[in-house]
Amino acid sequence: MNARKPEQVAAPFDFKGISKTLLKKMYLRMVRAREFEEQLYYLFLSTPMPGTMHQATGQEAVAVGVASALEPDDYVTSTHRGHGHCIAKDVPLDLMMAEMFARRNGVCKGMGGSMHLCDFSRNMLGAFGIVGAGIPIATGAALSSKVRGSNQVAVSFFGDGAINEGVFHEALNMASLWNLPVVYVIENNQYALSMPNELVSAVTDLSSRGCSYNIPGKTVDGNNVTAVYKAAKKAVKNAREKKGPFLLECITYRMRGHARFEPASYRNKAEVAEWEKYDPINRFKQSVIKEEKLTQEDLKKIEQQVEKEIEEAVAFAESGEHVGPHDYLQYIYEDQTLVGEAA
Amino acid sequence: MRKISLSQALNEAMVQEMEADEHVILMGEDVGRFNGAFHVSDGMLEKFGPDRVWDTPISEAGFMGVGIGAALTGLRPVIEFQYADFMFCAMDQIVNEAAKLRLMSGGQASVPIVMRAPQGATGRAAQHSQSVEAYFMHTPGLLLAMPATPYDAKGLMLSAMRMNDPVLLLEHKLLYGAASPGGGKALSDNTISDIGSDVPEEPYTIPFGQAVIRKEGHDVTLIGTLVMMHRALSMAQELEKEGISCEVIDPRTIVPLDEETILSSVRKTNRVVLVSEDVQRGGVCSEISTLITSKAFDYLDAPVVIVSADNTPIPFGPASESEAVPQYDDIRDAVYQVLKDI
Repeated sequence: MNARKPEQVAAPFDFKGISKTLLKKMYLRMVRAREFEEQLYYLFLSTPMPGTMHQATGQEAVAVGVASALEPDDYVTSTHRGHGHCIAKDVPLDLMMAEMFARRNGVCKGMGGSMHLCDFSRNMLGAFGIVGAGIPIATGAALSSKVRGSNQVAVSFFGDGAINEGVFHEALNMASLWNLPVVYVIENNQYALSMPNELVSAVTDLSSRGCSYNIPGKTVDGNNVTAVYKAAKKAVKNAREKKGPFLLECITYRMRGHARFEPASYRNKAEVAEWEKYDPINRFKQSVIKEEKLTQEDLKKIEQQVEKEIEEAVAFAESGEHVGPHDYLQYIYEDQTLVGEAA
Repeated sequence: MRKISLSQALNEAMVQEMEADEHVILMGEDVGRFNGAFHVSDGMLEKFGPDRVWDTPISEAGFMGVGIGAALTGLRPVIEFQYADFMFCAMDQIVNEAAKLRLMSGGQASVPIVMRAPQGATGRAAQHSQSVEAYFMHTPGLLLAMPATPYDAKGLMLSAMRMNDPVLLLEHKLLYGAASPGGGKALSDNTISDIGSDVPEEPYTIPFGQAVIRKEGHDVTLIGTLVMMHRALSMAQELEKEGISCEVIDPRTIVPLDEETILSSVRKTNRVVLVSEDVQRGGVCSEISTLITSKAFDYLDAPVVIVSADNTPIPFGPASESEAVPQYDDIRDAVYQVLKDI
């Protein structure tokens, strides 16, 4: 066993101060993220889908908990495992699905695919396929917000694997030095492809890593959407009030392999089974029912809504034109007279 | 008209654009308190303050990424790399992020960022001397300018700051002029002229993709960038006395490259010498040579000759450095070579 045990991490749900509307929204976004990826998993098995994808099954509470603490115009950067971050930022499922199908009606016109999903109309600056690359970019969005006086906060999601990239350290240093409104979220799913954190990080208490840069940190139960939300809300509020950046570690577990059919044979079944009991969606469901915050009907209605959305998203994707052989020419440079140079 | 140095011309372009557009900011190592290692940002911190002129830590990948993030969200950053060699620390951000974001996002993202970097061999040994243009010429999504005169530096820099794609301006340390370290050396080098140092004070732009013919001629076409353009021009003037008429072309921008100016010159002279300070293997001259042989092959009366650096890191010892990078007389030898069958 290399991963932390879920019972070491699990915190009780705390619904205090969270409206019914927000609870429904959290559930909606988590179920959307889960079902979107489950649908993709099925599609990859059953149809010739282009490319690959990385599922964040079991990690939904991190994306949704943090995004629930944001304003719509706040900035987000994401990773190669980024479907959930986009969904938490309310990027429409149909545009995302069409992108997965490499269709012209995709959110990136079929030019980016799963690993580069972004939606600039929602300040979702992108999933970055290079580990850690989004960290300084989110920091730059925060610098821009500061220079323009726009009061926007930037959030960078990245995994436990990214904290050993140089840009993590370079960006945190600048963010602290310049007091930038940015919140760094380590989505610690406990494996960087095959490597458990203890085999690649000299310091495994990841939220303490900000101390070199005078950035406070906190570690929370990443499979508990209320715990993530409350910690993120405080961090975002502080950032917006110019009290500096924050490093939030959310401990979760990657229920699937690294990429589409990768079997994750480097970890044992007992460990996976253990974490399965702490599924963030099931735990939320049980808690809201037990504490009578939402009803079975409320949840059922949301599940039915998502089921319909997914069906519609697939239909939308299938209705889209395939990317054509020369489509890319219009996206290399803004100045189209340079295309001759490109082709 | 007043004469100014290349570093002053770049400074003036940045100052004028920052006055005109509050979204333009400057970032880099020592660009503020120290005025830039080559004095290009002289007085800018004082003039614009720390919210517009950012003295960064020594974190090339980090501040390049910060610049990209700022460019994606409404600012127009100018990033100075203290030496072009240092850009390699930021390669992921430049190549994987800045250059690819427009395409990856299906045209949603614009990265209006200008990178500037000094390059060239000036006795500083291997890690402060490399000519890096080939790496960036090879990266689709980037634009690449190489201003050899103060006039071009100002006009290309102003164009660059108004573009919505990432632009790299590569400058040569020997060309900055008297105001900067190394400038004194250049002034004593009579193969470097003060051509193009008459610079209008008002802002103007030079479109990318327009080469300039520095000297007309009909026997041989000489194409060179930065210092090598100056040396080619000086050599052309010398060879004129021997009755050899050279046409000298300065491409000014490598991406995009003004193919037509190059090809029509080749069609006229039928003989070509390409001069550059980057290493030959996979270099800019090889690229221009490919252009010429694929589009003007029938016009060539002799094989294209390339004068460029040896395939080596730049050595420190002066005799070795001189041997490794193209020298003035190498250009003469190359011209004789393309003419030897006459």
